[in-house]
Amino acid sequence: MRLEIKDLHVHYGKIEAIKGISVVVNEGEIVTLIGANGAGKTTTLKTISGLRKVSSGAIIFDGQDISNVPAHERVDLGISQAPEGRGIFPGMTVLENLEMGKFHRKNRKAEMDEDLDKVYTLFPRLKERISQAGGTLSGGEQQMLAIGRALMSRPKVLLLDEPSMGLAPQMIANIFRIITEINKTGVTILLVEQNAQQALQRAHRAYILETGNVVKEAKASDLLNDPAVREAYLGTGAHS
Amino acid sequence: MFKVLIDQFWSLTISGVALGFIYVLISLGYTMVYGVLRMINFANSEIFMWGTFGTVVTNRDLFHYTQLSEPAKGFKLVFVLLSALLVSMAIAGITAVFVEFVAYRRLRAKGTNRLATLISAIGISIALSEVMRLLTASRPVGSPRVLEKLILTEVWGANIRLDTVITIIAAAIIFFILERFIKLSRMGKAIRAVSMNEDAAKLMGVNLNRVITTTFLVGGLATGAAGFFYVTVFEYTKFNIGFTMGMAAFTAAVLGGIGNIRGAFFGGVSLGLLEVYASAVLGTQWKAVTVFIVLVLVLLFKPNGLFGEAVQTTRA
Repeated sequence: MRLEIKDLHVHYGKIEAIKGISVVVNEGEIVTLIGANGAGKTTTLKTISGLRKVSSGAIIFDGQDISNVPAHERVDLGISQAPEGRGIFPGMTVLENLEMGKFHRKNRKAEMDEDLDKVYTLFPRLKERISQAGGTLSGGEQQMLAIGRALMSRPKVLLLDEPSMGLAPQMIANIFRIITEINKTGVTILLVEQNAQQALQRAHRAYILETGNVVKEAKASDLLNDPAVREAYLGTGAHS
Repeated sequence: MFKVLIDQFWSLTISGVALGFIYVLISLGYTMVYGVLRMINFANSEIFMWGTFGTVVTNRDLFHYTQLSEPAKGFKLVFVLLSALLVSMAIAGITAVFVEFVAYRRLRAKGTNRLATLISAIGISIALSEVMRLLTASRPVGSPRVLEKLILTEVWGANIRLDTVITIIAAAIIFFILERFIKLSRMGKAIRAVSMNEDAAKLMGVNLNRVITTTFLVGGLATGAAGFFYVTVFEYTKFNIGFTMGMAAFTAAVLGGIGNIRGAFFGGVSLGLLEVYASAVLGTQWKAVTVFIVLVLVLLFKPNGLFGEAVQTTRA
């Protein structure tokens, strides 16, 4: 498994949101894209999962250019996303939400139970809430549900869009711990975050995005110690 | 003024419920499409009108009933009614899918704004009704009486007529089947997922175009069934009946909270009753006025409909 984005350009109408970025995610890695609001992080993820159209450039997954594969077929290839704002189906129960994660595979009842068990092991809280409507969960629980649902499709690569958004610090630590755990089971992860501190601590490599361009690419641990990065993204500059 | 209402209360109630169930089925056409596309399919009224002709054609041309022939009985009756129902549903279902394909799909692919879709909806509505006007030479078309309007029994001074009983029971069954389909089937779940969060549904592997086609088809089938019941009860149709019936059903959908299937049920039945009671008190000429006053009042005071709040929280 290898995900490679080559010179990607994406437009919203006439505005160019992504101006030619290249990103590589190798098998088994956690790679993070960090950057300010509007840098193009979410757009990049949406383009990988097919919700946004590629203007030019390529998305290569497992050696195949998937730029023109419709979004609903990309799950089959092994790409799964927990979207920005969690994207829970509010009127469906927790169980129905998780079952939707396996929608693309028809008639796989046996697999269903096995994968539900895996999700419940990662997120015991979800098991307690199984028949509750998704919309009534707390923010943290919804994030767990979004990640659990994305795992139901047995992805090769998991795309996470701001999993820490709007969560209490303790919950954030909890979610990031689980992200590492998921990665250790062999799932490659591409993580978009504004919480650069946590993301860089968990990731192997990182890209910094600014207004649609990659401005820096390095090992995550190097960026954590880079004074310029600390100042701009970690809020702890050289003087502090 | 209220004497008619009091004297014939139960009789009015029964015909109001029957009319209400016809509204329920038509408003499903509006509400399902709205749930998925956040768009009012204004052509649904004409889909209904085409559905009514399915029953007329089946009775008159397929089974050769005339205004003078004896109503059917026994097994033959069931067979003719079921055929007419299925033909109406099929015609309306196909028309609905056709409308989506011709009037909406290309606009959606290009990502045009809501106004363009609205104009396109009005355009296809006019086309559908004008084609039928040409085919019927602008004249009302009577349907031969297949179902004898037997008075089955009398309850609290109200005559229980066979056609109203069949309408109420059959429409309730069709509504129930559709509701279960949406709730339990794989495709139904996909439809619900799209109506709650389109992007998330795509990420799950839901083929949006297939969901949209199915939604129009199912909405069309329900609307077509309403066409059958309408002709069976009123024994007449015309190229322009879509407008009043469609507007009333749309009002019912808004009343119940558009996008909400149970809302369509309560909205339809309430509106049917209201219309019949209002006709009894004020005279039939006030029927349409009542419908539009209700529409305006709902939009003014409860724009999300009676069940709108429930919809809001489930979508928050």
